[in-house]
Amino acid sequence: MFKNYIKSLLLLELLKGLRLTGRYFFAKKFTVQYPEERAPMSPRFRGLHAQRRYENGEERCIACKLCEATCPALAITIDVEAREDGSRRTSRYDIDLFKCIFCGFCQESCPVDAIVETRVYEYAFEDPGESIMTKEKLLAVGDKNESQISADIAAQAKYR
Amino acid sequence: MELLDSFLPHDLAAVIWIVLKIVLIVLPLMGLVAYYTLAERKVIGFMQVRIGPNRVGPNGLGQPIADALKLMFKEIILPTKANKTLFLIAPLLTLGPALAAWAVFPFDAELVLADVNAGLLYILALTSVGVYGVIIAGWASNSKYALLGAVRSAAQIVSYEIAMGFAIVGVLVAAGSLNLGDIVRAQDGSLFHWFWLPLFPLLVIYFISGVAETNRAPFDVAEGESEIVAGFHVEYSGMTFAVFFLGEYANMILISALTALMFLGGWLSPFQGTFLEPIFSWVPGILWLFLKTAIFAFLFLWFRATFPRYRYDQIMRLGWKVFIPITIVWIMVVGLAVVLELPWWFD
Amino acid sequence: MTYELFLFYVFSAALLYASTMVITQRNSVHSALFLVLAFCCAAGIWLLAEAEFLAIVLILVYVGAVMVLFLFVVMMLDVDRASNRAGYMKYASVGVLIAVVLAVEIMLVVGPGNFGLEKYPALVPQAADYSNTKELGRVLYTVYMYPFELAAVILLVAIIAAIGLTLRKRPQTRYQDPSKQVQVKASDRVRIVKMATEKKMELK
Repeated sequence: MFKNYIKSLLLLELLKGLRLTGRYFFAKKFTVQYPEERAPMSPRFRGLHAQRRYENGEERCIACKLCEATCPALAITIDVEAREDGSRRTSRYDIDLFKCIFCGFCQESCPVDAIVETRVYEYAFEDPGESIMTKEKLLAVGDKNESQISADIAAQAKYR
Repeated sequence: MELLDSFLPHDLAAVIWIVLKIVLIVLPLMGLVAYYTLAERKVIGFMQVRIGPNRVGPNGLGQPIADALKLMFKEIILPTKANKTLFLIAPLLTLGPALAAWAVFPFDAELVLADVNAGLLYILALTSVGVYGVIIAGWASNSKYALLGAVRSAAQIVSYEIAMGFAIVGVLVAAGSLNLGDIVRAQDGSLFHWFWLPLFPLLVIYFISGVAETNRAPFDVAEGESEIVAGFHVEYSGMTFAVFFLGEYANMILISALTALMFLGGWLSPFQGTFLEPIFSWVPGILWLFLKTAIFAFLFLWFRATFPRYRYDQIMRLGWKVFIPITIVWIMVVGLAVVLELPWWFD
Repeated sequence: MTYELFLFYVFSAALLYASTMVITQRNSVHSALFLVLAFCCAAGIWLLAEAEFLAIVLILVYVGAVMVLFLFVVMMLDVDRASNRAGYMKYASVGVLIAVVLAVEIMLVVGPGNFGLEKYPALVPQAADYSNTKELGRVLYTVYMYPFELAAVILLVAIIAAIGLTLRKRPQTRYQDPSKQVQVKASDRVRIVKMATEKKMELK
């Protein structure tokens, strides 16, 4: 009883709390100064989507619609048509980024490694329609980041 | 003064001279308030292992100016069905007393705007008037959250006013004067002649009551953002909000400065009576006062970074059932010491 | 007109205006706030009369504490103003009668016969270092010792009575005892049971 009075009147517990925050005051700070510094990123990072091409410039996607079927958020819409040369190709391949939950199932399901999620994460939309990644946009992202994408896939190959 | 007197009637010259002195106190104070907000963000950031704002200007030193500009250009929203006049007067009622209290504050042995005999009482009266801004803001906003904040704050401030008053009574018994300058002069001697030692419980209670009085964490139930959004100032935006903000921080600096004045010997050098005194004799008294004030100002921020908000019934319990009895007991002790002329402090 | 006289008229005009508003305002919160303004003006006038201690105490006690509690209550009232005005004319005659009687009584007591200016010696302007507070304390604890102590005892009785009237035990309500809550240790609430760890499964 008496001990409790001493403890509360001398504010011992409060002083303990102050000591803790006081110690952190001098601790090394964890802040990452974002545009100049960046946190390390895994090759498995799931960012903006991209469609890839073969080295001869032919698009990889064969319109098998596995990604559309597996997408849990129903973000992918695919229309199929035969191209002039008779091959099975997509006439429309849209990913709605507002629906997408970046689970990476499309990438997992793709038999030809056509749809991938890249390390790109700095993008923004200014107009309502912009959130839909059309086939052209996806291919453009793929062309731009091909070296990074193929390097990441190669690094991951042994775990698959 | 003589210059003004030469070409103006005497009364008018005196008024202008006083206004000039007021400006000379208020402007640096406003600057201090602005940089105190930056210090708060930095200190709390550091305690949360972050570095705080550092983008505007070198080390973020331009941040307060950016904040002020932003608030100035934001729209002031008047809620429909709010009481317009009172809604706009309320922020001024918080800032006004916080600034007016500095009138009797002695920055140095000679540096004081009005050397009032009942200076301590004057400051106590003004800090208690500050609650009107909060109450009127809460009522005039015509908002439930604002009213809840106002009611909480009113009850809290009135309760802690008493503990604060009793703590001040202890100081005034020890110093034998209500004049702030005389209170500092009564602590003349050395570090151990200051009142923090004989009045230590009163120092703790005065400062904690001061934290409660300014509605700061852990007593910030009037704002309590997790419970009642922003409490009494939910409906305020732009400049009106900025004025509330200024008032709160000016009050914090005032409480810190008063604690330094009453318990840490104000402008007196901490090296008095030791061999270091001549070495530091070039330091102006106002600098010592500033450093002592900074200690308590830092404590305000340290508390906010450390303690979770008090539950309302516990705030009341602490004020009425703990602080007031302790202060009354300690006033008795101080009175006894004064009667017995206990050496060092009261001989 | 000297500066002090000018201030006196400003404060007096504001005081009269504020006190009129106190009794004519419909909204009770406005009335209370005007009362605050009236107190502040009165304090200003007392300051001019060199009664700085009383002026500051007026602000401290009445504005800083009493009126805050007043406002506290008034703000919570949800007064239906329309129903308040019903029957106004019915009671008006009685009200006027009481007001007149009161006014006459006050005038008889406070009138110039008892409190006229000529009854008092002129105010002596004191030096700047003259301490109003000390003088007041000296008078209060010597000449007016008994009335002062009596007032204190009456106040104490009032406090005890107020608490005694409102204090009631409600057995159904549950409430926490903070000091008990604070004293709880982990060992009071949690029992840590030691168990033999299970065997690791063999991986095939």
